[in-house]
Amino acid sequence: MTAADLLLLLLLAAMTAYALFGGADFGAGFWDLVAGGAERGRPHRKLIEHSIGPVWEANHVWLIFTIVVLWTGFPSVFAAVASTLYIPLTAAALGIIGRGAGFAFRKTSVTLGRQRLFGAGFAFSSIVTPFFLGAAAGGVASGRVPPGIAAGDLVSSWWNPTSVATGLLAVGVGAYLAVVFLTRDAQKHAPELVDGLRRRALWTGAVVGALAVLGLVVVAADAPALFSELRHGVPLALVVVSLVAGLLSLLLVNFRSFVAVRITASLAAAAVVWAWGAAQHPFLLPGLAVADAAAAPAVTRAMLWVSLAGGVILAPSLWWLFRIASAGSVRS
Amino acid sequence: MEMLLAEAATPADLGAARVQMAISLGWHIVIASFGVAMPAITLFVEWRGHKTGEVEYRLLARRWARAMGVLFAVGAVSGTILSFEMGLLWPGLMGTYGEVIGLPFTLEGFAFFVEAIFLGIYLYGWDRLSPRVHMWSAVPILIAGVAGTFFVVSANAWMNQPRGFDLENGKVVGVDPWAAMFNPATPPQSVHMLVAAFMVTGFCMAAVYAVGMLRGRRDRYHRIGFVVPFTVAAIMAPVQVGVGDWAAHFVADYQPVKLAAMEGVYETERGVPLHIGGVAVDGELRYAIEIPNALSLLAHWDPNAEIKGLNEVPEEDRPPVNVVHLSFQLMVALGSAMLAVAAWFAFLWWRRKAPPEGKWFLVAAALCGPAAVLALESGWTTTEVGRQPWVVYGSLRTLDAVNPAPGLTVGLVTVLLVYAGLTAATVFVLRRLARDRPVPVAPQESDVTEAPVP
Ligand code: HDD
Ligand code: HEM
Ligand code: HEM
Repeated sequence: MTAADLLLLLLLAAMTAYALFGGADFGAGFWDLVAGGAERGRPHRKLIEHSIGPVWEANHVWLIFTIVVLWTGFPSVFAAVASTLYIPLTAAALGIIGRGAGFAFRKTSVTLGRQRLFGAGFAFSSIVTPFFLGAAAGGVASGRVPPGIAAGDLVSSWWNPTSVATGLLAVGVGAYLAVVFLTRDAQKHAPELVDGLRRRALWTGAVVGALAVLGLVVVAADAPALFSELRHGVPLALVVVSLVAGLLSLLLVNFRSFVAVRITASLAAAAVVWAWGAAQHPFLLPGLAVADAAAAPAVTRAMLWVSLAGGVILAPSLWWLFRIASAGSVRS
Repeated sequence: MEMLLAEAATPADLGAARVQMAISLGWHIVIASFGVAMPAITLFVEWRGHKTGEVEYRLLARRWARAMGVLFAVGAVSGTILSFEMGLLWPGLMGTYGEVIGLPFTLEGFAFFVEAIFLGIYLYGWDRLSPRVHMWSAVPILIAGVAGTFFVVSANAWMNQPRGFDLENGKVVGVDPWAAMFNPATPPQSVHMLVAAFMVTGFCMAAVYAVGMLRGRRDRYHRIGFVVPFTVAAIMAPVQVGVGDWAAHFVADYQPVKLAAMEGVYETERGVPLHIGGVAVDGELRYAIEIPNALSLLAHWDPNAEIKGLNEVPEEDRPPVNVVHLSFQLMVALGSAMLAVAAWFAFLWWRRKAPPEGKWFLVAAALCGPAAVLALESGWTTTEVGRQPWVVYGSLRTLDAVNPAPGLTVGLVTVLLVYAGLTAATVFVLRRLARDRPVPVAPQESDVTEAPVP
């Protein structure tokens, strides 16, 4: 395994972390949006705020990390993706502004009108952003982003069956992860919400599972090259892992194992990202293999050492943050 | 690595991309300055509060921490947009040189992680940690803020002094990311920026309380809220003039074309005067006040030193002189004015044996807030526009870096609208934070209850 391959694994790990933590943050925004009127939705919104308040900024650094590792390790891929997928990425970037700012502003607002305004911005962009990020990923996965600057079609590269399917899946997976995480938090801090959340988790799980299967059908029709890779070997194994973990999660929710389901639901989501990575390997873009796209060895090695050192600092810090975040009470 | 050259973009799209980049960066840098310096000032008052037990210090610490929560959130999102824009707008830069300047950005990513994690701990652990542990949890934020500034400015410094690679038939070879990061422009630029962050934050925070005092709220809460940040910034003001001089020497030695544009010098000569004011028309600087030999003296410590003029390079290699000249003059003028206010502060304090609170002094002190922001923006305009037409000095033209996709103008308009809304909302929320009562509970769980909110 070369340094470039290791860096690619690091990239995949960062993307997975963002899909899980960032995805759950976006999903929390989705539940915020559908929580109902100001009075009825207040307990849910309070739980959501309590759960993601301390951690959302840290969760969202995974995206920045993904971007910088991509542009440093595989600069021509970054240039091709960013220039061709200019439209969905701009939309996602604007969504990120609306989301972060809306959430932070609402937290400091005391009147209902202002809470509503900022809250709506937060919730709306929580749906828009993952959709466009998912659509961009779908464009790359279906081979619609060729190497070169703005070499692909500016519209059909992200507005196509595979992209729409992955965009919807991204929104759904986020919502599902969020409701699974929230159910466990509710058990600790707001037990009266558990039953309602459990019902929603079951529903969402079923819908997202259906979306995933539908997504495979769309890929089979729209992106045969990707599909044929998914039909054997490691990618197939990962698809199966995802499906099994997804089904298992439904059972665990049903039987109220809210801690265990955190692991299986995360695995189901992560395996989708890994299956995509494994299916494309060794190609990053059509005709552009890892070895040809990678930065100079001096760069990839420096990146790996730096990341190792950074990880040693990050791991205990993140652990402490999550511990503090889960302590305390919602109602104090 | 293939050299990725963009096809030509239209001039309108290039202009739009530049304006979009400049606005997003110019917006981010103000908030980022608070992210660098505000934790240190807040930690100081929190520490005083614990030492003295005075409720005003503790209340200020909570209030500032709450504002920090808001500022950090908008800083984080505006920064995220920037990392998108590096690719959306400048794929020609990132596709070719991304690997050369990626290392500091990666390190910066870790700095942000540390900052975001410990800010979460600091804000939400206020009532869950012992005071001692709580104060220690702010220290990583300070370190990460300083380190992050160094990393990101070193990437910009590299654009001014590209090092750590060779070009062979348009291909980047022999990349040495450490040499790129520690290029000669990094030390003066990063120190200058760090000091600027403390000036902007200190003067702006103090301005809020100076205005409060002018409106007659001269209680202890307002006096402390004014004196602490103002002192920090006032100490930095003379330092900044010295560091600015270092930066100017650096430009004189390494970027003579930029210096010529900053000063409006067209002909290469010895014993060149310093120009104050003036506009460049038809290849000469008119209506400027001249101080004989001063530029040669300031730039090279020798009244007869040679200064290269703009005529040394062909016209298409020159930056727009008036923008660079004016913004540089503005920065220096504002820097000198703030130095004067800082000296006035020190003098009055020494005479009165107590922090000054006279009306005219407070007016001047309040004006230092916007002045520092303006100096920061004009400094960056000098640096970035003075580097034109190069995005990577001497190696890559801005025109060849821009995304050739059509529609960048639409993107610009959208981004402008979003930033206008974001600015309005941020100002609104911060003003509310200062005024609302009862005080909202977030980001911390509870407030200092012993004192009514003044
Ligand atoms: C509070 C802000 C502030 C103040 C008071 C000053 N500056 Fe400044 N200056 C900056 C904030 C700044 C900056 C925004 O931070 C810049 C932009 C890039 C950089 O590294 O620092 C800058 C750039 C900058 C540059 C260009 C560096 C380059 O392109 O590499 C020079 C020559 C100076 N400054 C010189 C001065 C002098 C002689 C000052 C004396 C009064 C001064 N600055 C005050
Ligand atoms: C943070 C404060 C900064 C401000 C206020 C700022 C300001 C500007 C301005 C005014 C321009 C437009 C130049 C023109 O129109 O001629 C510009 C361009 C640019 N800046 Fe900066 N800059 C900052 C820092 C940085 C940093 C740290 C980088 C990091 C790499 C950077 C990268 C760029 C790029 C890529 C362009 C576009 C190419 C160009 O026009 O030169 N800037 N910036
Ligand atoms: C001199 C220039 C800059 C300085 C001093 C600076 C400093 C900072 C600081 C202190 C933060 C933390 C957020 C806050 O406290 O508000 C931040 C956030 C951020 N900045 Fe900048 N920045 C600069 C320019 C840039 C540029 C050019 C980019 C990207 C190309 C960038 C990308 C980011 C990102 C991605 C974040 C978000 C990190 C997070 O989520 O915590 N910054 N910046």
